[in-house]
Amino acid sequence: MRLVEPEGFGANGVGGGDGDERLLELSMGPQHPSTHGVFRMNVVLDGETVVRLQPVFGYLHRNHEKIAESQSYLASIPYTDRLDYFCSLSNNWAYVRAVETLAGIPVPERAEYIRVILAELTRLQNHTVFLGFLLGDMGGWGTALMYAFRQREEILDLFEALTGSRMMCNYMRFGGCRCELPSGWMEQARAVVAGYPAFLDEMEQLLVENEILVARTQGVGVVSAEKAVNAGLTGPILRAAGVDYDIRKVDRYGIYDRFSYRVPLGEHGDTYDRMMIRLLEMRESLKILQQAMADLPEGPILHSDVQVRNLCPPEGEAYCRVEAPKGELGFYLISDNTARPYRYRIRPPSLINLTLLEEMSLGMKIADVMVILGSIDIVLGEVDR
Amino acid sequence: MISAEQIREHVLHARPDAGLELISNLCPSCQDSLLVAAEDAVEVARLLRDDPELRLDYCSNVTGVDWPERPVRTPPGSAPAGQRMRAEVAARPGCFEVVYHLFSMSLKHGPVVLRMRTENRSDRVRLPSLTPIWHSAEFQEREVFDLYGIRFDGHPDLRRLLMWEEFEGHPMRKDYLPPAEDDVREPFAAARNRMVQ
Amino acid sequence: MKLLKHIRFLPGSGILKGMLVTARNLIGSYYDPRRLRTVRYPEERLPLPENSRSVPFLVYDGDDAETGLRCVACHICETECPARAIHIVNACDKRGKVLKRPHRFEIDISACMGCQICSEVCPFDAIMMDNAYNHAAFERFDSLTLTRERLAKPNAYFHRIKPTEAAEIDSRLAADRSRMEERRRKKEAANATHNESAR
Repeated sequence: MRLVEPEGFGANGVGGGDGDERLLELSMGPQHPSTHGVFRMNVVLDGETVVRLQPVFGYLHRNHEKIAESQSYLASIPYTDRLDYFCSLSNNWAYVRAVETLAGIPVPERAEYIRVILAELTRLQNHTVFLGFLLGDMGGWGTALMYAFRQREEILDLFEALTGSRMMCNYMRFGGCRCELPSGWMEQARAVVAGYPAFLDEMEQLLVENEILVARTQGVGVVSAEKAVNAGLTGPILRAAGVDYDIRKVDRYGIYDRFSYRVPLGEHGDTYDRMMIRLLEMRESLKILQQAMADLPEGPILHSDVQVRNLCPPEGEAYCRVEAPKGELGFYLISDNTARPYRYRIRPPSLINLTLLEEMSLGMKIADVMVILGSIDIVLGEVDR
Repeated sequence: MISAEQIREHVLHARPDAGLELISNLCPSCQDSLLVAAEDAVEVARLLRDDPELRLDYCSNVTGVDWPERPVRTPPGSAPAGQRMRAEVAARPGCFEVVYHLFSMSLKHGPVVLRMRTENRSDRVRLPSLTPIWHSAEFQEREVFDLYGIRFDGHPDLRRLLMWEEFEGHPMRKDYLPPAEDDVREPFAAARNRMVQ
Repeated sequence: MKLLKHIRFLPGSGILKGMLVTARNLIGSYYDPRRLRTVRYPEERLPLPENSRSVPFLVYDGDDAETGLRCVACHICETECPARAIHIVNACDKRGKVLKRPHRFEIDISACMGCQICSEVCPFDAIMMDNAYNHAAFERFDSLTLTRERLAKPNAYFHRIKPTEAAEIDSRLAADRSRMEERRRKKEAANATHNESAR
């Protein structure tokens, strides 16, 4: 912590001229509990008001892209689990879809259904935990977070029963999925989905009208639709600003065109809208889940001709994206027809959604910065890669 | 869905002197790309963003690719018969490439792949920044600068993103050698030896 | 619920509604297992699902961990391991000929991420995923490097932790063996008739 006097300070009218005009530069993080990991912000404060904010990245950087370029296509799948470790199955799906596009591998119908089911369960548990953490960032540490974790546990139990791991699932493969659903899994999943609306009702009753929460979130961190598009924001924060852009609807990848669901949109682009968008998105995910579980066909789960080990896609490149819970997760692969990708690039939604963090925070109080950061929903495993 | 070829004609119609080349992609993804000359890049990018028929208002992904100098085989038969042995191996000059994946949020199409190339891999590694056109390129161009060492002219805040300021070298380059020579199979060998001593 | 409708327009009603939720959870946690999902670890432990995985182990058939090992030291898991945590040295006979069994088989579980790719790519069903999760040790290097002796576990153990998968693999291996046996018998029979006709 130190006191600074930025250049041209008196001219831009921050503070008065009575000797009280010194600004405070504060380094928040990398071990701050509200930065969701090892993330640092250099904040310049005038009193309690933010006048400048610079995010500092890289504390969790391990150069996943370089590692992936030195090993086979298969060996990168478990690494993708560790990008956004809340949503390992969405990451798996984005990566295997990129390889499938690159090599032209078809996917059996049953595997597509299972992928949709797992991706939507992932979205449910990500948004659930998001609500808990957001309340934690506002000072309501504990109650909402514990309720969210308790509910998420049911979904993690499903993941563990199917993939063997609660968070590092490593389940999808090029041309399908790794193993068949264990017996009784579908019934358990149906019970979880059936019990979820009761939890959402309870969460809404706890949060939506709470006066303190409303005061802390409405009008905080507002971002306009135009700026959001130009800054490449994606996912719930973009839709909270009122832009109708959901990759499930736009690209209609997988089998998403077979389900009927709506895309909730916000009006104000503030933190409250971002929270509500996620609550509403969970209801829509439940609709997709119910439809997918009812229609799940029988059949093979992995395309029979695909060579999972030593895969050598033809020379070329592919960019492929999915609507991950946090935004657009894309994989860009270049193949030189060897068993290792020539170029392997991840387009991380968490990093790019931080582009407007400074703009959202300027003029806000320092305590609001934590709420704004919480409402963006970042995971440092993905920001730093 | 607009093809890369159509976009190229559309841009050349508006700006006939722009350097724009189609690079086809023969793999099953069929994502062709447009190679734009560095000096025309900002103008072309602005046109792509603002043109009412294209409206590529959203730049999703920005990344670098390293193409070291390497021999390429000319396809058999294309070289004159007498010089066959010599013509078969010709060095392709190395370069860095920056790839932009553009989408349109208002018209819901894409991806359009835009590429730029540096002149070589050593001293002429400057390219114009497209951050003034698409704000989303800000962090990603910083990352490309950090990991590949491509300098972006016109970027508002070109600093390292992931590596620390004092770090030397650019780790994503194909010829980058990590400083530690530890055996990869035994990652703790060096630490273990130190502890034993 | 009727009460809630009435208090909607009062200031502070949102907080009151939230407190009703917390009260419901507080009281519910005494009798409703859905509201109290934790157990008193380590005295109580939740049963692990069958698929649950931690680090790999080597399966051996029969009673002898040395000769019954299914592993033929083909190094496929070693090359495919994303974390490069596996290290294999083939056994040699007295004249230096490389044998199809491991002399050393080490897994560095401080690097292993439990992704199960090794067991997925193994063509001999020799390496399987364990579900034991207590691997804490007082020292970082040798205690966390599992050697062949510590990795080898009998097929009966595999049957105990993953009955469905083990039964499936056993029946597949038995089918393979009987097919091989049949092929050998046919070959012998063909040889015999060939010899007879030659005579």
